[in-house]
Amino acid sequence: MSDLLRLITLQDANTRVVLLGAALLGLAAGVVGTFAVLRRRALVGDAMAHAALPGVCLAYFVVGERNFAAFLIGAFIAGLIGAGCIVLIRAHTRIKEDAAIGIVLASFFGLGISLSSAIQQQPSGNRAGLDTFIFGKAASMVRSDVVFIGVCAAAIVAIVAVLARELGSLCFDRGFSASIGRPVVWLDFLLMGLICLCAVIGLPAAGVVMTAAMLTVPAAAARFWTDHLRIMLVLSGVFGIVSGVVGVGISALRPGLAAGPLVVLVAGVIFVVSLIAAPRRGVAAAWWRRRSLRRRVLLQNLLRAMHELLEGSSPRDLRESELLAKRAWTTTQLTTALRRASRMGLAQPGDHPHAWRLTPAGVTEAASVTRAHRLWELFLIEQAEIAADHVDRDADQIEHVLPHDVIAALEARLVAQGRLPASPHAIPVVGSGGPHA
Amino acid sequence: MMLHEGEWWTLLAAVLCGIACAVPGCFLVLRKMSMLGDAISHAILPGLAAAFLLTGTRDLLPMLIGAGIAGLATAVLSAWITRMGNVPEDAAMGVVFSTLFALGVIMISLAARNVDLDPGCVLYGEIAMTPFTRVELFGASIPRAVIILGSAAIINSMLAAVFFKELKLASFDGALATSLGFSAALIHYCLMGVVASTTVVSFESVGSVLVVAMLIGPAASAHMLTDRLSRMLWLSVILAALAAGAGYLAALYWNVAAAGMMSVAVGVEFALCVFLAPREGVVAKLVRRLRLSQRIAREDALGMLFRSGEVRPGSALPAGTVRGGIGGGLRARLAVWGLSRSKRVSSHADGMRLTAAGESDARKLVRSHRLWESFLAKYLGLPIDHVHEPSERMEHYITPELREGINAELRTGLDPQGKRIPEEGE
Repeated sequence: MSDLLRLITLQDANTRVVLLGAALLGLAAGVVGTFAVLRRRALVGDAMAHAALPGVCLAYFVVGERNFAAFLIGAFIAGLIGAGCIVLIRAHTRIKEDAAIGIVLASFFGLGISLSSAIQQQPSGNRAGLDTFIFGKAASMVRSDVVFIGVCAAAIVAIVAVLARELGSLCFDRGFSASIGRPVVWLDFLLMGLICLCAVIGLPAAGVVMTAAMLTVPAAAARFWTDHLRIMLVLSGVFGIVSGVVGVGISALRPGLAAGPLVVLVAGVIFVVSLIAAPRRGVAAAWWRRRSLRRRVLLQNLLRAMHELLEGSSPRDLRESELLAKRAWTTTQLTTALRRASRMGLAQPGDHPHAWRLTPAGVTEAASVTRAHRLWELFLIEQAEIAADHVDRDADQIEHVLPHDVIAALEARLVAQGRLPASPHAIPVVGSGGPHA
Repeated sequence: MMLHEGEWWTLLAAVLCGIACAVPGCFLVLRKMSMLGDAISHAILPGLAAAFLLTGTRDLLPMLIGAGIAGLATAVLSAWITRMGNVPEDAAMGVVFSTLFALGVIMISLAARNVDLDPGCVLYGEIAMTPFTRVELFGASIPRAVIILGSAAIINSMLAAVFFKELKLASFDGALATSLGFSAALIHYCLMGVVASTTVVSFESVGSVLVVAMLIGPAASAHMLTDRLSRMLWLSVILAALAAGAGYLAALYWNVAAAGMMSVAVGVEFALCVFLAPREGVVAKLVRRLRLSQRIAREDALGMLFRSGEVRPGSALPAGTVRGGIGGGLRARLAVWGLSRSKRVSSHADGMRLTAAGESDARKLVRSHRLWESFLAKYLGLPIDHVHEPSERMEHYITPELREGINAELRTGLDPQGKRIPEEGE
């Protein structure tokens, strides 16, 4: 508990630096990741993070010692070369992008592993700390490393903030963007460079797989909440910061756990929450929408069945067995619908058990539902040339989806043609102040 | 370099792993789902960890089940998230596999005290350890990895052979497959299951990086070499074995990580195929383009000399004028050199003239050109000043049959500008 307190109150200078670095990294990955996801470059980011490894190793061979900046520059160049290979393979061979990404990723990373195993065998090799570039080790970063990463991340965020509009139009409609004179080729290069830079500065903190994940997961989570680029950028950045800080924080409390996977796992939790709870795209919202549609359809089916049974005869109570035979539905569905109708004041129990009648409100509603149904039925036969035996089902579905004003417009058109069915309002109602009562 | 017995076994394991991966890899590459292989090879980690934590052993069966579930979950969840969230497919896949991978790493580190799985062995595997875990089979002591990878290679090849027709149809036309009564979706998920289990069995010996390389690389290389699925399968198996062998030997020679070098070998092999493939290769395409460009330049030069001869019979054109007339530069120089080498033109003091052979070729070309002009003018109603340009391009592609077909149709001796259309054998 005192550890947690120390962490939250930021008493430890080292923790403070690492948390700040994690927050900046998360922010940078979140905002760049937004464009990476929208431009379908998520897996290219993954490939660049892998392809960076041989660059780190070669930088070690050149510099001969652990030099953080040199490692990152080597990684950046190697990552860009990898991305270039992917672009060239896609453009000049029959191999599709997915396979190109996979091959570049695996062979560059394989080269990196081979080189790093060669470095490990050198007497000074163990001190190179190359492993941190594969698996990531936020705790092993020294102050100057964090400062370097922080400056890069801040630069990335600044570039994105300035060019958000241009990058956005590149992602959504490259052709349009080019036609209004934007340098799309350069913007594409810039975006690639930003993704690569993000992947590279994340390596020492989070490792290869986790770095690539941070470019994808927060942005994909943000996509659930909004359709606006700016909101998505902000959300994705916030998700990135939260994952970075919480993940690194947990790792600081539990030294056995590496920061990288924890950061991604926190981001993963945010993603799952978004997936479930997002207002429009979320699973819960979708389930609720489907449920209410199903219930509405069932209720309207009931009303129409009752209306049709009563049509042309004097008002009376309807037995459940009659209603059951009218449509292809189960007893449970019918009982549910009847209960719902009586809760809504549209139907009420009749004089006998298992018999029901429409209330005055129910009569009006049932007439309007039947009317809409028949309008559509007629419309589909006459206008849309749907075969007569296909009509009932379609009319069924459409009358539940259609707004009232469209129904009114349809009515007007059919009135003009003199083909409006007789108004259903003259339907007799049992035991109430209906027209024939 | 002499290999001792253990190294032979390791080499065999590497080759078998390559074969086991290459076969399902072909279908991944063809269905543009290569990265699903990468995703699954990462995402099975929590499945492995869970299987280990539940059973406490590293037995193959629980590991296979755990990995199979995790692998299928990756495929299903990616597809579902793409649909639900309006997220591009690659991003959805990235989310699923990296989150699952992170979960797996954490599960392993939480249980670190009693687990001998670690992230390092996940990435690189320990193929050098192959000879040290042996089982007795038919009285011989064979490394466990060789038996497992060998079985995987055999099972995958047999599955591909038995379900060849179904896999082929589902890969190229899923809708047709479904309409013929076998579910493309079922085949898709079976393929995912095969990829997941192949990844698992390859895992402890070669690691996930090499699995990805072997799944995608040999199949893509084979795809560069052929259009036929059956041939692609064979080639990918051979290429995988070659890359595994070459990579392992290189690793021994330089004393570096074997899995890494094999992945590099896969990459090098792919690069070779990209450059040197007989039809689809970059070099072959370049050669084809150069050849076409040379033929067009030569034919243009012939046409130019012929027309000049029409205006002033028996006259010669200076070589510089001919070269300039067909665009100049190295291309023109090569074309003129080619013409004199094949004795289509002869050089004289006052310039170049057509030889008899050259005259005959040029006659055909100009005949094509003027017939095409007449055709455009008569049937497409192009104005006379618009027919030269398209004919200038088309003349190089008109076959003798087409030429005489047009001639039979038009029955004209003059082109729209009133120039005579030369007969072929005058």
